[in-house]
Amino acid sequence: MGRALLFQGLVGITEAMYLWLVAAGLSLIFGVMRVLNFAHGSLYMLGAYLTYAVFRLVGGDFWIALAIGPLLVAAVGWVLEVGFLRRVYRVEEAFQLLLTFAFVLIFDDLVKLVFGPLYQSPPTPKGLSGAVVIAGSIFPAYHLFILGVGAAVGLGLWYFLERTRFGLLIRATAADREMARALGVRASRLFTWVFVLGAWLAGLGGALSIPVRSISPGMGELIIIEAFVVVVLGGLGSLRGAFLGAVVIGLLHAYGLLYLPVFELALAYVGMAVVLIIRPQGLFGVREG
Amino acid sequence: MEHVATALSRVSGWRAGALLAIVGVAVLLVPVAFGSFAQYLVLNVLLLALFALSFNLLFGMTGLLSFGQAAFYAGGAYVAGMLLRAGMPVFPSVLVGALAGAAMAVVVGAFCVRHTRIYFSMLTLAFGMFAYAIVWKWTDVTGGDDGLIGIPRGRLGLLGPLDPSLAPLSRYYVFATVLVFLSVAVLHRLAVSPFGLTLRAIRENAERAEFSGIGVRRTIFIAFVVAGFFAGLAGALLAPLEQTVAPTAAHWTKSAEPVMATLIGGPLVFAGPIVGAAVYLGLKEIIVRFTEYWLLVFGLVLLATVLAFRGGLLGALSRVVRNA
Repeated sequence: MGRALLFQGLVGITEAMYLWLVAAGLSLIFGVMRVLNFAHGSLYMLGAYLTYAVFRLVGGDFWIALAIGPLLVAAVGWVLEVGFLRRVYRVEEAFQLLLTFAFVLIFDDLVKLVFGPLYQSPPTPKGLSGAVVIAGSIFPAYHLFILGVGAAVGLGLWYFLERTRFGLLIRATAADREMARALGVRASRLFTWVFVLGAWLAGLGGALSIPVRSISPGMGELIIIEAFVVVVLGGLGSLRGAFLGAVVIGLLHAYGLLYLPVFELALAYVGMAVVLIIRPQGLFGVREG
Repeated sequence: MEHVATALSRVSGWRAGALLAIVGVAVLLVPVAFGSFAQYLVLNVLLLALFALSFNLLFGMTGLLSFGQAAFYAGGAYVAGMLLRAGMPVFPSVLVGALAGAAMAVVVGAFCVRHTRIYFSMLTLAFGMFAYAIVWKWTDVTGGDDGLIGIPRGRLGLLGPLDPSLAPLSRYYVFATVLVFLSVAVLHRLAVSPFGLTLRAIRENAERAEFSGIGVRRTIFIAFVVAGFFAGLAGALLAPLEQTVAPTAAHWTKSAEPVMATLIGGPLVFAGPIVGAAVYLGLKEIIVRFTEYWLLVFGLVLLATVLAFRGGLLGALSRVVRNA
């Protein structure tokens, strides 16, 4: 009983790591740019498809694909910000949302057009196809790798934002855009790099997902809606909140599957509603004005 | 952007009333002149128009972008479908369906109206997908992925002993058309009423509206429930038309339809969503004959609209009229 609980908990936290990578980028972009990127799930999906394409192109080397795929998504993010999003910063925020929503529709059909509507599922990379025994249960080594990457990204982001000069500028811009501009921060360039970083994180999540989750055109919507629940739980704009929210949702899913299979899908939303009643701004959010 | 709306409202007045009457008569004559496919198509346009108008009460009027209106639409469709299957006549089933949409909006609205606009969009999408998850999983009641099938279209249930049967499509067409036109009249009345002006004040500047004594949250909440009612009505009218209700009625792609229709037609003009609904469904009807990738096409249309034509078709038209 206790072992099953522990094991299922580990599975839940592993699944949460994909969600964390998407929610981190979403929250970072919102925190700095005040733009909610609906297409962030699509970037996750592109991460999966592009990494898979590279994987086949380089003859099945997962590690090369993992290095290149997310960078391609970052490039797509650059095009999105510089080519499109930048043009609507001055209009109502609803139109910024709608612009990113247009890309949800476009990317969905583009991947169907290019890669076909079928599910694809590449093999687990060599070296991580084994398993370890944890608490008497067999735990795939790849899951451990995902846990490691999730933690590394968390630490990396913390170091980047808290300990580097560029991170300092990002935090300053997030706190007070006008003041940061007045002090000489080149906000438009900073926006581009934050968006590119967010896109890379989503692409990394998608790239990491391909050996264990099947690739399909609808995967972007599934994860963006969950990521919304995560940032509502944790507080929009807060990275700590995104991490904690992702873990909560991952655990809810894992234990929900075990004990309440019929309501498993609804549990995350119920969790969100409860948090909204008790703490409308989310666990780590700042109260809105 | 505001002067686009004022320019068009100057053009309207009694001429708008005359236009509405002409369109109304034309639409009612469709069953006489054309076959059942035309009736089916026009009804679909009318239902989407009503759905989009209810959405635009929040978007164009109040500045709140909801991505979850399908929850209320599906609520209306499922409740009406269930009542019809239980043997209730058409009119009371449709009415209760619309009320179910309003009741759901009361619950969802209580969560959503407290937040900023960005949160509003996110929360409505999340609650919309919550409704989808329920419809999808609660197989005993909703039929799961099969949906509700074999919904009968029986008596009207309004005229006592004279009660006609609505089984022939042409009769149901007239019934649904009259209900949609009544709803459009109510929504128009609402748009030009002090309540409508209050919503616009909130759209322009919520803080200033609050200072001038408007209860912003309460006003938005009322608008949200009214929008839920008419979305529910649109869904409830669909159930006897299709005679089935599928879970896709609750999916976010359904919520996207009023968004598309409103943006194409123009969110700042009352008739925008109506024109947009006709153009959207007409375009879709044509595009699906050439390609299955119609979402890609609409994505590009939406992109162009957001970048260059934020006033939609009617916004562009009113600019042309003004400059002429």
